[in-house]
Amino acid sequence: MSIDTATAARVAKLARIAVPQEDLPKLADELSGILDFMEQLNEVNVDGVEPMTSVTPQRLKRREDVVTDGNQQKAVLANAPDAREGFFAVPKVVE
Amino acid sequence: MADLNKLGIAEARDALRKGDVTAVELTEACLGAIEDAGALNAFVHHTPEIAREQAAAADTRIKAGDAPDMCGIPVGIKDLFCTKGVASQAASRILEGFKPEYESTITQQLWDAGSVMLGKLNMDEFAMGSSNETSVYGDVVNPWRREGSDAALTPGGSSGGSASAVAADLCMAATGTDTGGSIRQPAAFVGITGLKPTYGRCSRWGVVAFASSLDQAGPMTKSVRDAAIMLGAMAGHDPKDSTSAELAVPDFEAALTGDIRGKKIGIPKEYRMEGMPAEIEQLWADGTAMLKDAGAEIVDITLPHTKYALPAYYVVAPAEASSNLARYDGVRFGHRAKLSQGDGITEMYEKTRAEGFGPEVQRRVMIGTYVLSAGFYDAYYNRARKVRSLIKKDFEGVFAQGVDAILTPATPSAAFGLGEMADADPVQMYLNDVFTVTVNLAGLPGIAVPAGLDKQGLPLGLQLIGRPWEEGDLLNTAYALEQAAGFVAKPAKWW
Repeated sequence: MSIDTATAARVAKLARIAVPQEDLPKLADELSGILDFMEQLNEVNVDGVEPMTSVTPQRLKRREDVVTDGNQQKAVLANAPDAREGFFAVPKVVE
Repeated sequence: MADLNKLGIAEARDALRKGDVTAVELTEACLGAIEDAGALNAFVHHTPEIAREQAAAADTRIKAGDAPDMCGIPVGIKDLFCTKGVASQAASRILEGFKPEYESTITQQLWDAGSVMLGKLNMDEFAMGSSNETSVYGDVVNPWRREGSDAALTPGGSSGGSASAVAADLCMAATGTDTGGSIRQPAAFVGITGLKPTYGRCSRWGVVAFASSLDQAGPMTKSVRDAAIMLGAMAGHDPKDSTSAELAVPDFEAALTGDIRGKKIGIPKEYRMEGMPAEIEQLWADGTAMLKDAGAEIVDITLPHTKYALPAYYVVAPAEASSNLARYDGVRFGHRAKLSQGDGITEMYEKTRAEGFGPEVQRRVMIGTYVLSAGFYDAYYNRARKVRSLIKKDFEGVFAQGVDAILTPATPSAAFGLGEMADADPVQMYLNDVFTVTVNLAGLPGIAVPAGLDKQGLPLGLQLIGRPWEEGDLLNTAYALEQAAGFVAKPAKWW
């Protein structure tokens, strides 16, 4: 599987990582190399095999639907790069 | 007592209980050793005030006769663990300045047991790496050097700071985490013991997530006994981690009888890799002979899907990483890029993540994004999860035949030079995990035990893989191997 620069740019966009135009060919090369390595998986016969969802057989635990935590606005905002008036602040989203 | 920092957990515990030393003395010895070891770049956030306060409290507890095994023991904590009010940034620029408002379950359990925190330890960024060269703090240096050379070697990764610190006697033990070999490979590279417990044995709550279905924390120590003691303090059910097992924590140390007569040890033929150095091959044969001499029965086994473990891992782990690392968006914590006039929220995400993540993390996030994207999900991600099922089935088959543990080399080579792999393609670096990664895919416990030196004087390790939840039995086999191998070499101090 070979990745071209357009695909590399699309993946970078989906991952929300800015990659300068001039770095795309090298990125495409590296991603292609890694995907080539993964191609080995096509040698395995996986007919009728269930994809693993949990490495130890377990049912997801359930608990009472009650509030167990909360009222920690200050702690939640303490590490925000920009917090104002009790909110996370971000650049304008809606025009 | 001289050189208190050189003690292991068990010796220190016994000396503390006898009143021969105090936790304050142990702590001061370690703080002094750390002060002198800047050249190793192992400790990246120092917490001497916390250490002194905890040590004094531990001494009070010990005097009062309330002394759990880990009480008064100075330890280092991998930077991946969230520690309240103390920088915890997974060796990433994107978490610059992040000081958690909460404590990880594992570290909380260690503090509750009376352990002393010396500081935070260097690692590969987000635990992605096998040489500790992807850290925002710079490379960690292995205290070991090749004979007659002063070239700086890697301590392995991702728990490279933990490995280097324990091997250089900067602390008595350290926490590590292991997603594909990140405890066992560095332990082997520096000649210490490293245990990855069964998936679900230790809580992942408050440990920065890399690949949630593979991540597991464990102890990195100077002996198998120390690993048994420290695992006891780290393990246990945690309601805050839905994958943590509701199982009682046995007394792992009590399992160390050294008696492995009649145990069945499997030797998997698929681990005999092409191009494997003769010394590794020899070490493996020696280890096999040692277990046989100790009374174990050696059986040849086959784990036919071994070859596919690495490619499956490098689909599953990046896929999970791309989801887990989506949270680093410059909004709630850590780094936010400076924005230009007119930049909107998308530019904020893209610039923040480009500045905050290093090249290896970016690569893995993008690979993960690709294998999860529409049109490729089945071809890559689902196929890899099916192969993962087959790898686990391989192990189940072997255990069903009565095999108690599996012996393999821990790494395909001894520690290599820092910078040596700089021009290699990323896949070359991934091959470091070839012997360890199957264990994470199958959720099993695995332990690296130092077993010898290569001809350049560098440590080499062997790996034992155990049945799920049977860490006690696994530790006992490791203990027998440790006794037989008699590895006592230490790096000559140059730092």
